[in-house]
Amino acid sequence: MKEINLTLNNESRSVLVEPNEILLDVLRDKLGVKSPKCGCERGDCGACTVLLDGQAVRSCLILAVEAEGHSITTVEGISADKLSALQEAFIQFNSFQCGYCAPGIILAVTELLEKHPKPTLEQIKESIAGNLCRCTGYTPIFNAIMSLTKEEK
Amino acid sequence: MALAHEFDYVRPQSLTEALQLKDKYKDKARWLSGGTDLIVNIKEGMMKPDLLIDIKDIDELWQIGFNSGKLSLGAAVSFSELIDSEDVRQHFGMLTDACRTVASTGVRARATLVGNICSAVPSLDSAPPLFCYEAIVHCASVDGKRDIPIDQWFLAPRKTALADNELVTGITLTAIPNSAGVYVKLGRYGGEDLAQAGWGVMVDHNKQYRIAHCALAATPKRAYQIEQLLAGKELSDALIEQAIALIPQETSPITDIRSSKEYRLHVSGVMLKRGLQAAYDRLQGKTVEAHKLLGGIA
Repeated sequence: MKEINLTLNNESRSVLVEPNEILLDVLRDKLGVKSPKCGCERGDCGACTVLLDGQAVRSCLILAVEAEGHSITTVEGISADKLSALQEAFIQFNSFQCGYCAPGIILAVTELLEKHPKPTLEQIKESIAGNLCRCTGYTPIFNAIMSLTKEEK
Repeated sequence: MALAHEFDYVRPQSLTEALQLKDKYKDKARWLSGGTDLIVNIKEGMMKPDLLIDIKDIDELWQIGFNSGKLSLGAAVSFSELIDSEDVRQHFGMLTDACRTVASTGVRARATLVGNICSAVPSLDSAPPLFCYEAIVHCASVDGKRDIPIDQWFLAPRKTALADNELVTGITLTAIPNSAGVYVKLGRYGGEDLAQAGWGVMVDHNKQYRIAHCALAATPKRAYQIEQLLAGKELSDALIEQAIALIPQETSPITDIRSSKEYRLHVSGVMLKRGLQAAYDRLQGKTVEAHKLLGGIA
């Protein structure tokens, strides 16, 4: 067992892990963060997406020990005070049904909007090409994100 | 829940320390950078290392340098960093195209080009540009350094020329002045699929061509016969047909889960034709979106 220190949703945390423990499992089972979901466990489905130093990554393909000294953000972190505009749009457009893919998609798009506040539909599609949704057919998801690009501020 | 296989993990702070560890453990140790292939392989029981050596704390492996026409990439550079690099886009357009087709943003943020060539699967998207830019693979071990040209790198599916005590520290690519290239990939759908076929096509102002493919043979390959046929000639429909006729000699596709041998051969003709036209378009300054050349999805 090795103690690792990381920043999780803006809080300093430390946790004891074995070298062969996966970040996704440690987040869910040892750190109590349940929004990253276990899907394919091989990086194809995007349900386990978290932000690592602001970048969307697959937590099922990262060892917990690799997160030492890094900052992890999950949906719990971006909505700590209130829902983000993106989350509000997801509710307004009914963009999830079973909801299993939603945390991953929210985080992937959060990174996109950080880089490109007014993304094109193509940029949106590219950013979540690796986040599988088997309920919605994606259209309500695209509509929710596109609605944010039209707001005049 | 931990993985079924147990191993130790180290994160050396210097290249010397890393190489000494690898020399001690040889094939019992595996290099870890992005981990997007390695962790899957360990999960599936295909690899059972005693030790993972994480190279991400070794500063010199993070460099992206562009100098007098040469691009040097460290082993820890991710696909996302390559895609965002303006130098890469301007001088190595085919590489940007190829990087954008690798898996998805969430994987590309971690996965590395060097890890990709070490995995050495036949469908390796980054291989055609590496062949066309005549990449040199830089290796290091406790015994010293050695450079391996990309055409001597791939030995068989998942087999490379790397020795079991060596680390790939980086790759150098050479830009071709006044040239333009494009990477055309066919997958079954947009995003997150391995190539059914991939073609890299490059042309310069003197009508010299460089052409390479992936997913069409046991290893990615350069298509020298097609290059020689086209060399110095203006593109015409008749010439393109002659080039397409050489595809069966330049490739040895198989039938697998992603497509049949016959389909791979047929679609390669379409891809080569559109790739040649797109490379010419780019050479003349026109904007070409590589992922749309096959009528693809965003």
